[in-house]
Amino acid sequence: MREINAIFTIAFRDITKLFRDKTRIIGSLIFPIIFIGVLGTSLQSNIGGNLGYNFLTFVFVGVLAQTLFQSTASGIISLVEDRQNDFAQEMFIAPISRYSILIGKIVGETVVSLIQTLGIFAFALIIQIPVDMESLIRILPVVLLASVFGGAFGVFVMSFMSDQRAANQIFPFIIFPQFFLAGVFNPIKTLPLPILIASRISPMTYAVDLLRSVYYWGKPEYAKVVLFNPIVDILVCAIAGIIFLTVGTYVFVKKEREK
Amino acid sequence: MKKNKIIEVKNLIKRYKKAEANAVDGVSFNVIEGSFFSLLGPNGAGKTTTISILTTLLSKTSGEVKIAGFDVEKEPEKVRQQIGVIFQNPSLDLNLTAEENIRFHANLYNLYPYMPKFSLMNENYKKTVSDLAEVVGLEKDIFKPVKTLSGGMKRKLEIIRSLMHKPKVLFLDEPTTGLDPVSRKNVWQYLKDIRKKEDITIFLTTHYLEEAEGSDSVCIIDHGKVVASGTPSELKKRGQSLEDAYVDIIMKGNQI
Repeated sequence: MREINAIFTIAFRDITKLFRDKTRIIGSLIFPIIFIGVLGTSLQSNIGGNLGYNFLTFVFVGVLAQTLFQSTASGIISLVEDRQNDFAQEMFIAPISRYSILIGKIVGETVVSLIQTLGIFAFALIIQIPVDMESLIRILPVVLLASVFGGAFGVFVMSFMSDQRAANQIFPFIIFPQFFLAGVFNPIKTLPLPILIASRISPMTYAVDLLRSVYYWGKPEYAKVVLFNPIVDILVCAIAGIIFLTVGTYVFVKKEREK
Repeated sequence: MKKNKIIEVKNLIKRYKKAEANAVDGVSFNVIEGSFFSLLGPNGAGKTTTISILTTLLSKTSGEVKIAGFDVEKEPEKVRQQIGVIFQNPSLDLNLTAEENIRFHANLYNLYPYMPKFSLMNENYKKTVSDLAEVVGLEKDIFKPVKTLSGGMKRKLEIIRSLMHKPKVLFLDEPTTGLDPVSRKNVWQYLKDIRKKEDITIFLTTHYLEEAEGSDSVCIIDHGKVVASGTPSELKKRGQSLEDAYVDIIMKGNQI
């Protein structure tokens, strides 16, 4: 009971803070608007004609996955920030397990990322992207997995970062290339070998493909836009997620005390 | 009458990774339950390192540390339940309100089930918070973001928060650094009131020696070693203040 209460408390702190942080809310909308609204529509108008599938829908599902993955990951990185301004001490001094702290963070940031995707939906409605409602409802369970997977990746990356400056400088380099390697707005079915390797080892690739494989399941475009069977994506996200979380937590807890 | 030792430190050693010397080098002391103990020493003497180990935030290299009978290494969660800590750097969440900071703490210690709104919280909790707010004069600001409060108010809020779970020992790591004299006096008045009401042990580190005058016992460390310990009157020569005695002890140590 104690640990569950702590997890709830830590999670709700992040959610409370989201509603206070106007910059973060606006920031979370700007990227999807640029990606879908500017990049998506321009590519759809100029080269989308003979692709055989609607490019905007493709980008929309991709951006959805990317937002879920990235928002949760960067939310976890904020624990480094807490540690810096010493709020983390308040959590670390409490009689609760370190695992509860990280689980609380992941739960909180997952909910935060789900709230942020609402803005993307609203935007998709406004610019009238052809979205199949039934498929959208079908992706809801895997949306959660994509987000938690991002959280586990965040724990892993964070555990190797020493301070806030390192986090702010390194994290964009780890996340930004993945936009392209994961094919958020570029088809990656065929790639030259070095890029193919980089693409297939990027965690975000599986979060993006997970959402697309479930969204496009049974549709004629399926073979053109999807890389792997949804089961493969689910397995990769689950197994890699568990590894990230275990290693990340272990390193984080060890580094925290053994200086 | 013999009273219980609430803190027992035996031959504590801490060497940081990649460091050539021990930051804490064989320190031993005991603190009696309900007493006011001050750990003094110059910057870099090892005070914060010692406090970090005593509060389970840092692992030791060797030695033995027990708080309220629990070993800090083997039973850190039991130790954490028994202690309250005021850190050198404020550990409030500035984006949350004063009440939310208290609520967050109370829930982490499992005092009440978490509710996302104050109005939904347990009645006992609401009463405790409004009583405490009145005691420190925070009634008007309790629902305001912490970043709008003054430095002295923030410190008091931290003290209130750290006492929510009724700890046996309250650690204060330079609690008044950066406060103006009036706020400093205020915070100490509040701490004195608490000591009168509750039988709490206070463990203080400070550079303002007059704050340690009222201690039951004092331990002075330098270069990671204990250089003097006793009651303030034992350390002082006739007519000296604790500060004079402290300066003598540290200067003498550095000459040799």
